[in-house]
Amino acid sequence: MSMTELNNENVLQVLNETFGEAILHPETQYGMLSVEIPADRNTEIVGCLKDHKDISMGFLTDVCAVHYPEQKGRELAVVYHLHSWTKNFRMRIKCFLPAEKPEITTMTGLYNSANWMERETFDFYGVQFTGHPDLRRILNMDEMDYHPLLKQYALEDETRDDKDDSFFGR
Amino acid sequence: MVDAPEGIEGQGFFATSLDKVIGMARANSLWPLPFATSCCGIEFMATMGSNYDLARFGSERLSFSPRQADLLMVMGTIAKKMGPVLKQVYDQMAEPKWVIAVGACASSGGIFDTYSVLQGIDRIIPVDVYVPGCPPRPEQIIEGVMKIQDLARKESLRRRNSDEYKKMLESYNIETQ
Repeated sequence: MSMTELNNENVLQVLNETFGEAILHPETQYGMLSVEIPADRNTEIVGCLKDHKDISMGFLTDVCAVHYPEQKGRELAVVYHLHSWTKNFRMRIKCFLPAEKPEITTMTGLYNSANWMERETFDFYGVQFTGHPDLRRILNMDEMDYHPLLKQYALEDETRDDKDDSFFGR
Repeated sequence: MVDAPEGIEGQGFFATSLDKVIGMARANSLWPLPFATSCCGIEFMATMGSNYDLARFGSERLSFSPRQADLLMVMGTIAKKMGPVLKQVYDQMAEPKWVIAVGACASSGGIFDTYSVLQGIDRIIPVDVYVPGCPPRPEQIIEGVMKIQDLARKESLRRRNSDEYKKMLESYNIETQ
């Protein structure tokens, strides 16, 4: 199939034809296509999008995670934002992981830009990117012993003691 | 010109204590080390500029080497990751040394009540003067420097050798020189 211009419909069609059942919950938000894929097939599917001659997703814009503590067994979402510079097309891919074993294969084999972004995602959410060449904290201090953006941890600094309610008439 | 310190004056002589002379000299030649990380640092640039002109107080010579500086001016949010760097800069300064925490962030963490931000630099180094404001105006920063001048002018020459001072440094886990 040859496409002159990419849009959400024909990219989703390629994905459905190639991977069938593996493409879950396709949706369009603010004009951007978003699909969920099984976490154990992330490199296979993204690699296909990268190498596909008509799609050529050559740029990994962002890797991040979202914590949904209420979704049992799929608490952590790892989100990939892909961009095809040659076709001017963007899309989003999500994988869900259980909180007890947040492991997913690294994208560093496909995109060098994944290196630091995966370190950041590990730093803040504790996602283990298997096969990553150097998975250690990148933004927080090395001594930190938790992953601060997981929702079980308070956002506020626990050591702060000047917020006594009596100062504020509460 | 700075007024001479209190003393006994007569024809052809002037007598005062060494403390006062050295205090006067120190107070009027403070070399600040600007540790500027955010908007308070921008206010400090205005403070050094011709309108406000910190040079009037003898502090025009900024030192970007801690070893030559007398006054550490911490202006801006200090992330916890930055904490050891700030402490090392303080360690490298020679005695006598003074510290100003300029602005809400340096003094208390300010609005950044969050896991990544140090809730006031006095958690890692001793602070002499706190300048409130978010950010403080140049006049306030000058007021802070003038308070440091007061401290320098009145400081006893033996203060830095006192047990009290050593204990204070030890409470911050800072090695005494």
